[in-house]
Amino acid sequence: MSFDLNFIGILIGAIMASSVPLILAASGELITERSGVLNLGVEGMMIIGAISGFALMIVTDNLFFAVIGSMLSGLIISIIFGILTQSLLTNHVATGLALTIFGIGMSAMIGKNFVGIPGKEFPLLFVNLKENIPFFGPILFGHSVILYFAFLLPFITNYFLKKTKIGLIIRAVGDSPTSASNQGINVILVRYSCILYGGAMCGLAGAYLSLIYTPQWIENMTGGRGWIALALVVFATWSPIKVLIGALIFGGITILQLHMQAIGFRIPVQLLSALPYIMTIIVLVIISRDSRKIKLNTPTSLGQIFYKEK
Amino acid sequence: MIKIEKRNDVSPSIYFLTPILAIFLTLFGGGIIFYVLGFNPIEALKFFFITPISDLYGLSELLVKATPLCLIAIGLSFCFKSNNWNIGAEGQLIFGGIVGGGVALLFYGHDGFYVLPIIILSGAIGGMIFAMIPAVLKTYFNTNEILVSLMLVYVAKLLLDYLVVGPWSNPEGFNFPETRQFSESARMPILFDGLRIHAGIFITLITVFLSWLILYKTYLGFQIKVSGLSLKTAKYAGYKGKTMIIIVFMISGACAGLAGVGEITGPIGQLHRNISPDYGFTAIIVAFLGRLNPIGIIFASLIVALTYLGAETAQIFLQVPKYTGQVFQGMILFFLLGSDYLLFFKIKFLGLKKNEL
Repeated sequence: MSFDLNFIGILIGAIMASSVPLILAASGELITERSGVLNLGVEGMMIIGAISGFALMIVTDNLFFAVIGSMLSGLIISIIFGILTQSLLTNHVATGLALTIFGIGMSAMIGKNFVGIPGKEFPLLFVNLKENIPFFGPILFGHSVILYFAFLLPFITNYFLKKTKIGLIIRAVGDSPTSASNQGINVILVRYSCILYGGAMCGLAGAYLSLIYTPQWIENMTGGRGWIALALVVFATWSPIKVLIGALIFGGITILQLHMQAIGFRIPVQLLSALPYIMTIIVLVIISRDSRKIKLNTPTSLGQIFYKEK
Repeated sequence: MIKIEKRNDVSPSIYFLTPILAIFLTLFGGGIIFYVLGFNPIEALKFFFITPISDLYGLSELLVKATPLCLIAIGLSFCFKSNNWNIGAEGQLIFGGIVGGGVALLFYGHDGFYVLPIIILSGAIGGMIFAMIPAVLKTYFNTNEILVSLMLVYVAKLLLDYLVVGPWSNPEGFNFPETRQFSESARMPILFDGLRIHAGIFITLITVFLSWLILYKTYLGFQIKVSGLSLKTAKYAGYKGKTMIIIVFMISGACAGLAGVGEITGPIGQLHRNISPDYGFTAIIVAFLGRLNPIGIIFASLIVALTYLGAETAQIFLQVPKYTGQVFQGMILFFLLGSDYLLFFKIKFLGLKKNEL
């Protein structure tokens, strides 16, 4: 019995690990979207973060630089999106798509010489506790520092948005940029900052994949996780805590299909993989038909261009 | 002093010149990237944009790739013109391919002139039905069509994956994730011996002509354009907004479905996991680059098709990954969107005059 319990613990630990990139990217995108900006470039920013993190780790042999560098590179590439949508007033959807397409191409070009190089071991915390405590050990211990950060992030984001002044400003900008601007808030500056923050978080999410989750560089290795993160923000109806829950559900589905394949279960794997997308559409239908529900957290000005007559 | 003013009217010459500016900036940017990565930029660009179309085979390949891109982009132009953001053409393409491919497998071993038209028609209907999901959800539940159409892309991809691995996989195929090769009667006729260019190009050209007719010569086209420019005006004029949303999605889905069925009955000849190298997403770039104008889209599809071909050539000669083409596709859209700023705003350089400050 204790073995079974321990196995379930290991399973939960694996689910947590697979949800980390989703939590990080979705939390970043959530802040961006709450300021009224729809950035469809999540996948592109993640993959740029993944290759930059991996390349820096190989070149500098320093994991700290690799992690910081991946965040910086996500941030830098999101500047392109910021300049275009905020300063040159381009369409958010088209610009975000261009960012994803560009990011996937660019990462493959940078990563050309890094294919097939084995990654480095990332230090895991409390490994001895993981092995000594049944069930709770594999859940709570033996993870990387990024995982612990990821699981704190939704709570920090929630507090930040609801209780701090800057959080209030971001929400105001997202809900009514015109009134916010009339109150003397620099809407463009706020939106730029939120875009850059989102970029940094997506970069970190990518680095988690290439440094810790599957420590190597493979072309297109994010494999659609960016789109799932985007779906997750909607699925969570723009609430940080629900992002955490949703990420665990979506991450759980990923782990579940691996194990069901192993057991030889008869449900098609593809149906399980499609579940996050189908669930997101269903949630979207439910919240959209009820105008009260959608108003609760949805940034009203999402994806709209803000232009102030000077 | 620099002063930025909003333009009230957009001059048509700049409107069609900025895409050309964007293409030049992309070439320039691409040259810089190649240089940074240690290639001779001129030579690399030559491998990318000239070598692939320097022989007859290359030109045929260009048309093979432009055929689906142009078709999808034409369909998307209906959506984009009326302010409906169908981002899921890739899903509609795949679903059209699935339905058309299913019918092709049904007719396996049949001979007859009727087989191919039925397959093509069912592919178009498949794409149309799949595109109606975001349209109907938008009209009846007020959902965001961007997110729904995007999510459905992955549902379609996974459905295709399930079918080619499972129930539709080739019984004599040693468990490869692919269906049987379609019968000869289910294949697009090849136009020239030894080249891959197929009859699908006529479907594209006919669709371009019909779209031009609908958009510029019919009341429906007028309604589509008006609702794109101002929803309020459209409402005052009494246009049926909901019906129109569904119609533009149906047109665009049918085009994407046709593109899908054209691919599987044309160059591919069976169903497998990767029936489209993201044509549905790239066609969004084509639609923008062509300014949502049928003639513009024809040219844009050729240019974007060249980035696909160029990536293949560069992969061979420069050992760069095939994803390199996406760098150029992304950059074209970046520069195009960015240069639109010149369309809507005037930048005035003023002298420092006291009375003006």
